[in-house]
Order: sequence, then structure tokens, then C-alpha cells
Amino acid sequence: MSVATRTINFTLNGAPVSATIAPHHTLLEVVRDTFGLNGARESCGQGLCGCCTLMVNGQSVSGCLSLAAFADGATVTTVENLAVDGKLSPLQTAFIECGAFQCGFCTSGFLLMATELLASNPKPTEGEIRNHLSGNLCRCATYPEVMRAVQLAAERMA
Amino acid sequence: MDTKVSPDQVIDAQQVGRSVPRMEGAAKVTGRAEYIHNLRLPGVLHGKVFRSRIAHGRILSIDTSAARAVAGVHSVVTGEDIRRIIPEPYYGPAFHDQPILALDKVRYVGEPVAAVLAADPHVAEYAAGLITAEYEELPAVFNEVEAATSSVYVHDELKPAITFPDLKHLKGKRNTNVALDYKLRRGDVAAAFASAAHVFEHEFHTQHIMHTPFEPFVALAEPLDDSVTIHTSSQMPAYVRLEIARLLGWPENKVRARTAYLGGGFGAKVYVKIEPLVVALALLARRPVKMSLTMEEQFYVIGKHATTFRIKSAITADGRIAARKCEVFWNGGAYADIGPRVSQKSGFTSTGPYQIECAEIDSAEIYTNLPPAGAFRGFGIPQLVWAYESHTDIIARALKIDPLEFRRRNILHDGQEHPTGTVMRDAEFDEVLVRIAARMGWDQPFDRGTGTKRRGRGIAIGVKASIAPTTSFALVNVSADGSAVLFCNTIDMGQASNTANAQLVAEVLGIAAERVKVTQADTDVTPFDMGTLGSRSMFHMGHAVRLAAEHARTQLEALCAEGGITYSGEQSVAQGFRKKFGMQAGNIFGVGHYTSRYQAADPVTGMSKEVTPFWMIGGAGIELEVDTETGHVTILRMVNVVDAGRAINPRVVETQISGAALMQMGQTMTEEMIFTSAGELTNPSLAYYKIPGIHDIPASIENEAVEAETRNGPFGSKGVGESGTFGVSPAIANAIDDAVGVRLYSLPLTPESIYRAICAARGEPLED
Ligand code: FES
Ligand code: FES
Repeated sequence: MSVATRTINFTLNGAPVSATIAPHHTLLEVVRDTFGLNGARESCGQGLCGCCTLMVNGQSVSGCLSLAAFADGATVTTVENLAVDGKLSPLQTAFIECGAFQCGFCTSGFLLMATELLASNPKPTEGEIRNHLSGNLCRCATYPEVMRAVQLAAERMA
Repeated sequence: MDTKVSPDQVIDAQQVGRSVPRMEGAAKVTGRAEYIHNLRLPGVLHGKVFRSRIAHGRILSIDTSAARAVAGVHSVVTGEDIRRIIPEPYYGPAFHDQPILALDKVRYVGEPVAAVLAADPHVAEYAAGLITAEYEELPAVFNEVEAATSSVYVHDELKPAITFPDLKHLKGKRNTNVALDYKLRRGDVAAAFASAAHVFEHEFHTQHIMHTPFEPFVALAEPLDDSVTIHTSSQMPAYVRLEIARLLGWPENKVRARTAYLGGGFGAKVYVKIEPLVVALALLARRPVKMSLTMEEQFYVIGKHATTFRIKSAITADGRIAARKCEVFWNGGAYADIGPRVSQKSGFTSTGPYQIECAEIDSAEIYTNLPPAGAFRGFGIPQLVWAYESHTDIIARALKIDPLEFRRRNILHDGQEHPTGTVMRDAEFDEVLVRIAARMGWDQPFDRGTGTKRRGRGIAIGVKASIAPTTSFALVNVSADGSAVLFCNTIDMGQASNTANAQLVAEVLGIAAERVKVTQADTDVTPFDMGTLGSRSMFHMGHAVRLAAEHARTQLEALCAEGGITYSGEQSVAQGFRKKFGMQAGNIFGVGHYTSRYQAADPVTGMSKEVTPFWMIGGAGIELEVDTETGHVTILRMVNVVDAGRAINPRVVETQISGAALMQMGQTMTEEMIFTSAGELTNPSLAYYKIPGIHDIPASIENEAVEAETRNGPFGSKGVGESGTFGVSPAIANAIDDAVGVRLYSLPLTPESIYRAICAARGEPLED
């Protein structure tokens, strides 16, 4: 099972980085194993749960299905980038206040998706929130609290 | 711990009953919370498992040569290799029946047969795919009712562990698949049936379910010179230590089990699961070994019992339940795990929360050739409530008594005796029913829809006895600056136990909960606790934590008094330490422990004056719409009401009720492990095993914990993690009946099964 490796260069949470990867490595593995960022996590491994959500060139992707090779030259951000200088984003604060997580394993994905939503649609309806978060699953079923948190953050950011 | 709250802030404010935000909140929203999933160690090997593809067979040979030849493979291990370090490699809390890797026989599709170790997990996975095995296939048995009397035996001989006295009599028993048979005999059941005005009899079924915690099973074992450290996503670190020490023949202090936050558990991660294999691999390789199962593999580790429940009731002319017979078959799969405890503890309450003078219960744990079943949020209760509350509703409707009125006429009240012989105490059944009805406007007219969209509503209520007797220990360490750390083995898997326990410490010490730190479980430092399961922790650990904090406070007050200081929280303590030791130095340890009371069931009648230290009660009300052309159900409104005693943290209690109810909703509507006739699981993936997503959440959800107090609970509280599940499934089925007049007897309630029932009721049954 010997495979050729190559080096990719990309921007990770604002800093230029490079990594040596094999063709089968996912972007999720590289972000976690090479750069020690643990916020994105593999759960279903099949693009079904959203626990592994990453932002690539401003677009949400399932990190478990994205090959690292395609990230060469891209801009990648993770949940670790949401707080600035230790100050939580309005969505992060709202998630804490509304109790929008239990075990927290899915939370990074919900936060990145909700951030993406509010960036393009600052006043989403309930239906729009549900639609945008429909690719994220939460086994603790904190959906009602997540809905409230997104609405609260939207109100505060208005 | 929030250091922004000053040491002397809110000293007089009550900490119990306050919605303190979760102490790990910031860590969870920034992606920094620690899970064992994240753990990386230098020199670690990754383990991947080769699993059986047949349901029952004798192992003739295992060919590992191709796997060994793969570049980068460190080693390949089979069951026989494990015997080199663990001569008797069988584990399990109730029976020592489960081999670490299959020995002699395989007993279900998906059973671990061999493991590959490699530094690169992809290499290990690839090599595991090259292993082959030859078997002499044996006949297999899958259905729990068939297996109860089948001549196909999953195990040649029963091997009960010593832990449970009521299993001792099964030692060495052959030619049976029955791993536990709990019986209750109360009153003259035959006479009650003979003189009944009405007799009703039904059979209900539930399906196989998997917990699918989003952090799949993961453990990392680190062999040290003469000891081993196990980092594991476990709800029971103390048991992990005990069972690994037993397997290795080592003293407990040479085994260290530690956890971090769990990415969900729901009962999947109790007792030991992958830990024995990971430890064995690490000791054989003399290197740290990590195993991270995939979501798919989780389905082969543990699940929730499928059940068949035959229930029969004798009803008097004035609509009272005079007698009830319950026969429950629990499909335990190939290994007992904690299944016998599920069938016994749940067995106690099979008759439901009703006054029933004559009762007969037979609750049997049955081995089959399917993946093992064990604990799952509710510990068997949701399966039972599904049956007895569907049955109860059918009776009420048949007798033309309002379903709420029929329940209230028969419901147990404080001071009355439950069929087990235990007197009800602090059990607000009637109040739960009243609050559901009030919220739903049960006595108001209801829009029943028109044409092909029909609406209905239903209610249901269930009860659970806690797992007893069990023990919890806690330790509070106060440092010389007056700040406190709680050491305990209760695992925070999302239920916010760390926050609630910090509130208890704070309440006793008279400081703010935000100032208390709670450590993660590490058996080298955190004291014994039976485990985080069955909603036992708030009650048992709550008491231990309260006692430990009280013990600390007594010593702190004495320390202050010695220095002529009045005790008033952290700053006074800091002064006390400085006075006594001349500098900021020293510690005060408060210790506490609690064991719940329990009286073992009488071996003949199955009765006991004390089956549980407290009762869990949960009910649900559902309004829904059925599309009569497709069988599709839309839940419009869900009302969940529980008796949680006094809430330590009201917001956390609400999310527990809501999360439990929505989880049960998924198990009612969509979730099902589907097996072929050869016992092969067809849908071990979130793609085909459908858990609720955000679009499945009802438009309206209301959650309520009734005003209540558990007088023997810590600060009046009791457990609440499961109660929200109880009423959901039957309330939905009852509402469907109310809407379209069809009754469903098997879960899940799929559109197909509903549409078939509608067609059959019209006299136009569909072909199979
Ligand atoms: S782990 Fe990538 S979507 Fe589930
Ligand atoms: S909070 Fe546990 S999976 Fe979402």
C-alpha cells in the first residue's frame, strides 16, 4: 500500500500553511492530524451528519468527503476561527445561552453552517434556518435550542 | 470554572434551582472541548477489526497471511493469540460469555474475529479486508420468541458472573437460550380473569435500535512497565478498571481508566465494550494502541432489545384493572452484556403505573444470533410503555371511556402499593396526566381535519424503577486559596452533570457554582462510582457530592474558627489557611458516599418492599395529522411532562426532557435495524438508518417538569435523563388511532405500515 505523497499549500484560519499528503487523505484528516485542530470531527464518515464541516473558499463542505489534494491553493477555515482574540462570536454566545448543545460533538458543524447562513441571510425565517441546517444531524436532538440560538444571534446582529 | 465570577459573589444566593450555564460551554462552542476521539500519542498503533460474515458457525481456520504481508502492518491478532496474555478471555457484567476476539465459534454477523495493527490506520483497514476465515456453518436463531424454545443454542453452557446473586442458579445450565427469567406472582390472577367483566389481550413488538452516539466507540490503551492506562469514551470508568483488572489478574491499582467529555453515550458506552480488545492488543504489541470504530461498526457492538410483549388485562364493570398478565421476551443478541438486568429491572414495572391487585409477569432475556443488546436510555422501559399504554388506550376506547379518565381512574397515588409490593412515594403520576391534559386542552373541541388529512391526539404515561442498590463516592478538595475541585466519576456525556454537581458543591459551601471546578474521571484519582446510567447519577452521586461538600464545610468552618474568622466562603477560607500554615498552603478533603437501599425480590413471588429508591415518571401528549392517501404522519404538537423532583438546573432539565422525547420520536417513526433472513444487517449507516433531522422536529414542542420534591433525594431532586422517552411511542400510536381508527402493534410506525392498516380497515388489504 505504498503511495506517492505530495505537498499542498493553503491558507488555514488566516495563516499560510503546507502539508505533505497522500492522495487518499481527506481535508478533515489533514486539519486534525497535521494541524491539531480538533473542532471538526469524523462521525458518520459518509457526508451525512455534518460533524466534520469545514469552510473552503467561503463554502461549507463535508471534510470527511473532501480530498485534501483539492485544497491546494484554497482558503480553509474551521470552527476554531470563529472567536476573535478569545472573544466569542454572537452565534457562539447564543448557543451557550440557549443551551444549543448537549454532548457538543455536532456543535462545530452547526456553528459553521449557521455562520454561513447569517452571512448571506441576516434575517432568516424559521423555514430558512431549518433548510440551511438540514444537512447537520444532532443525536442529542438539540434542534429546538439550535433554532432559538440562531434566531437570537440574528436579532442581536441586526 | 469561570474565574470572572468573584470569590465572594452571590454567597447568599441559592445555587440549587438556578439555570447555571454549562461550565464547558465555551470549550464546546470553540471546538476545544476534550474528547478521547481527539487523542493522539507518539508511537501509537491503530487497530482495525475483521468481523464474522456468518451468524453462527464453528471456526475452522483464519487466514491472516495476506494481511501480514502488507507493508506497514505491525501484527495480526486472533482469539488464540489473546489467550497468551489472558487465558480466560471472556468478559461481561452479567455473564462471562463474550470472547475478546471470537474463540471456537462465531455467534453473530459482525462479531470481531481478528485485529490488524499498523501505524497508519488506512493500512490497518486495508489489511483487515484481506483476512479470510472458514467456518462450519451452524443453524442460527434470530427471533426472541422462537429462541426461547428453540433447539438451536447460542451458547453451549451459561456462565453467569458472580456479581448478581439472582443469576447464580443459571451456572452451568445447558440447552437453553434463556439468560434470565424474572417472574412476579401477586394475588389470584386466575380468579380475577374468571370474574372480569371484560378481558383484553394483545401482542406488541419493538424493533432493533442502535444508539449511534456521534463520537463512535473509541479507546486508547497505553502499556506501561507493569500497568496500563486506558483512555476511553466510557460511561463507566470504575467498571472498566475492575473488569480489565479481573481479566488480567492484576490489582485494580495497576489499571487506570480515564475519560474526557463523551460525544454521546445513551447507554451504549456502559460496562466494557472495546476496552478489553484494545488493552489486549496494546499488551501484545507493547505499544500504545488506539481503536476508533466507524459509525457502521457501532451497529455491531451494542443495541437496544427488540421485544415481543404479550399483555392481557381483566377489567371490572366499573372500568378498573383487576388483573394484568405480562409476558415479555427480550431479544438479547449473542452476548448478554447488561441485558439480564434490563429484563429484570424493567420487568418490575411491566404492568405500568396502575393500581392492579393481581398481577403476573414473566420477563425473559433471550440469547439469539444477532448483535448484543443492552442498556439504552430508559433501560427497557420505552419498549414496555409502548405496549402497556397502547393496550390501555385500546381498552379505554373499547369501553367508551375517555382515555385520560380511564388512566386517572386506575393510576397509582402516593401511599398505594405497586404490584411489586413497593409503596409509591413522591410519584406525581396524576399531576403529570393533569398537566398534559391542561396543556393540550383535552376537554376542548379539537379540529379533526377533513378529506384525506385527518387529525388525532393521544396521551401516554410510563414509570421506571431506578437501578439499585448502587454506590457512589465523591471527594471535594479545597485549596489554600479557598477554591474547590470536585473529584467524581460521573461522566458528562451531554447531560450537564458536571454543572449540576458543581451547583451542589457550591450550595453547600456557600459560593458561586461558577467557582467550582469538576475534574474529568480518572480512576487513579477519582473515587469509585458504579457508573453513569439509568438516570441514577443525580440521585446517587448527588447525595455523595452533597455529603462530601458537607464534610469539607465542617472542616473549613473549624479551620476558620481556629483562626478567629467567621466562615463566609472562599476568602475567609484563604485567611484561615494562611493563619494556620503561615502561607498559602494546605488542603482540606471532604469525602462522601452513598448507597441506595434495595430489597432483593422474593425468589418465588418476585415481590419486594423496596425495588427502587425513587420513581421516574414521564408522559407525553401528541397531536398529529395523517395523510390517508400515503400513510404519512405529521406531528403537529408534542407535550412532554415529567416528574423530575426538584430541578437542580431548570434549563438543563428542560433540554433533557426535550432531547429524550425527540430521540424516542425517531425510534417511533423511522429507526430500525433491518436484518436479512441470514442475520445480516442491511442498513448500518445514517443513510439508511434514519435518525431525526431538523425537518422532523414538530412545529410545537412543550416541556414541563411538574412541581415536585423527592423527599429522600439530594435537595429534593432525582434523575431525569430518561423520563422524557417513556410516553412518546404509545402517545403517537394512540393519536394515529384517534385520527384514522387504525391500531398499530409494531414499531416503527412507518407510512407503509399505517397505509396498509388504513387499507385493511377499509376491507381492501394490500398484498405483501
Ligand atoms: S463525518 Fe462527515 S458528514 Fe458525517
Ligand atoms: S449535541 Fe450531541 S450530537 Fe449534537
